[in-house]
Amino acid sequence: MKGSPIMKKPLRIKPVQWVLHIVLSLGAVVMVFPFLWTLSSSLKTPAQIFQIPPIWLPNPVQWENFIRTLEVMPFDAAYFNSFYITVVVVISQVFFCSLAAYAFAKFQFPGDKFLFLLVISMMMVPKQVIIVPQYLMLQQFGWVDTHWALIMPELLFKAFGIFLLRQFIMGIPRELEEAAIVDGAHPLRIWWSVIFPLIRPALAAFAIFAFKDMWNQFLEPLIYLNSPQLFTVPMLLNSFKGLYTADWALMMAGAVISILPILIVYVILQRQIIEGIALTGMKG
Amino acid sequence: MHHRYRKWWAYAFVTPAMIGLLVFWLIPLCFAFALSIMKWDGFGEKTFVGFNHFIDQFQNPVFQTAVINTVYYTVLTIPPGIAIALLLALALNKIPGKNVYRVFYFMPVVTSSVSVGIMWIWILNGDFGILNTLLGYIGIEGPNWLSDANWVIPAIAMLGIWWGLGFNIVIFLAGLQGISRSYYEAAEIDGATPLQKFVHITLPLLSPTTFFVTVMAVITSFQVFDQVFVMTQGGPGRASHVMVLHVYETAFQNGQFGASAATAVVLFVIILFFTLMQFKVSRRWVHYEG
Repeated sequence: MKGSPIMKKPLRIKPVQWVLHIVLSLGAVVMVFPFLWTLSSSLKTPAQIFQIPPIWLPNPVQWENFIRTLEVMPFDAAYFNSFYITVVVVISQVFFCSLAAYAFAKFQFPGDKFLFLLVISMMMVPKQVIIVPQYLMLQQFGWVDTHWALIMPELLFKAFGIFLLRQFIMGIPRELEEAAIVDGAHPLRIWWSVIFPLIRPALAAFAIFAFKDMWNQFLEPLIYLNSPQLFTVPMLLNSFKGLYTADWALMMAGAVISILPILIVYVILQRQIIEGIALTGMKG
Repeated sequence: MHHRYRKWWAYAFVTPAMIGLLVFWLIPLCFAFALSIMKWDGFGEKTFVGFNHFIDQFQNPVFQTAVINTVYYTVLTIPPGIAIALLLALALNKIPGKNVYRVFYFMPVVTSSVSVGIMWIWILNGDFGILNTLLGYIGIEGPNWLSDANWVIPAIAMLGIWWGLGFNIVIFLAGLQGISRSYYEAAEIDGATPLQKFVHITLPLLSPTTFFVTVMAVITSFQVFDQVFVMTQGGPGRASHVMVLHVYETAFQNGQFGASAATAVVLFVIILFFTLMQFKVSRRWVHYEG
């Protein structure tokens, strides 16, 4: 390939950039180190885990720790619970929030300003403030220690979703909608075939944000769930902690099992996830 | 013609969301305010007690500890967290391959609080934790982080900085991208040094972003709960007792729902203050920019 006309000039890196690369690499190592250390610890024998100086790469690798962990902790059920609860909630939130956002962005109706103000105000209410009264209410409904207590409060309304999606729908030119109206499409059809496709990037960003929120939920399952078979992944891991405090390898294996699937999805979709969360972060 | 029915369509579209808002947010919020002025243990009679819960709580040393610890956590987390995020964002903004670094820095952001907490209990272990081993290599004898009353909040703050760094970096990067190159080009013509450019262009034009990141971080800090619950449950003693933990314990361990609601209302007012400040200031900046 030498001397080939297609070959690019070698990339020149300035000395300042070398320094920056070194600093940033060190920073990246610090950021990732806790994950790697958890992984390394999860593959050690009980003797190796307490060894000083520490063993960086366990040899032989104790894969049995994972088998042991999966035997004592029902991660399969927890993953199933987390997954179905999160998926149901996210799909429902995307549906109902985009519908409401469309109405707030493009329709005039008596009370629209007041209702939207109410939506915005709810963004200032931290979940922790309403969790106790919400618990007392759901207790009346008989939903304590059921998944309904996690699903129902999230199903129809997420203030931030309506706010974010409204911003995007307002950016859609009127003409696109009017063309569809002239063709005789009714509003539900316009929402589905004009609005929905046009705000797909915002919907994806919101869905990622909502997924992360729901998947990582901890206070709610902590308060509502008592039965281990109903536990979500964070809840299961937390209950694990009380039972196996001395067995660090087992706990680290549990942590790895709780993190790895999410990290794999993260690495595959990293651009969409980072930019989605950044976008939702900035609009909030 | 559709427009005659348009408003009915609009009502139909907002109704499901408004039901969710009403039942699961507005009613519980009003209920929280109502509870805060009532004495109620979850059963039996509710009695009106006015502001007694608020007075009691402010005089309650446990609540005072919770407020002090929460403020201490916030103060320890935010200045270093923001400074580090800003410096790293500035560095990332200048080099090729920033998206690769971004993947690593952002990794903790997508990890659940419980997983993060479990990982750090082991890292911070006083006798066998890797942090103290590494500190030992440079001649520092690390404390027993999570069971030392003086070090438990700094330890949780350290985790907080690590956990939130990626998010702050990404927001800063977006802010930096928003600064037009032309400012720097003009400054270069005038012979400005990199430091002058940073002080006179980057910092002032980035100030809305910095402000936003700071306020968001304050709001998140005041709501700190998950990591504390997983790692220390407020201990040792009350050394890491924080406000949300106080709300939780008062209601679910002591069964004092009224008192718990009162402390939740205090938390709400604090957070509302910062949120409104963000709204007000960002609006002023928008006008300024326009």
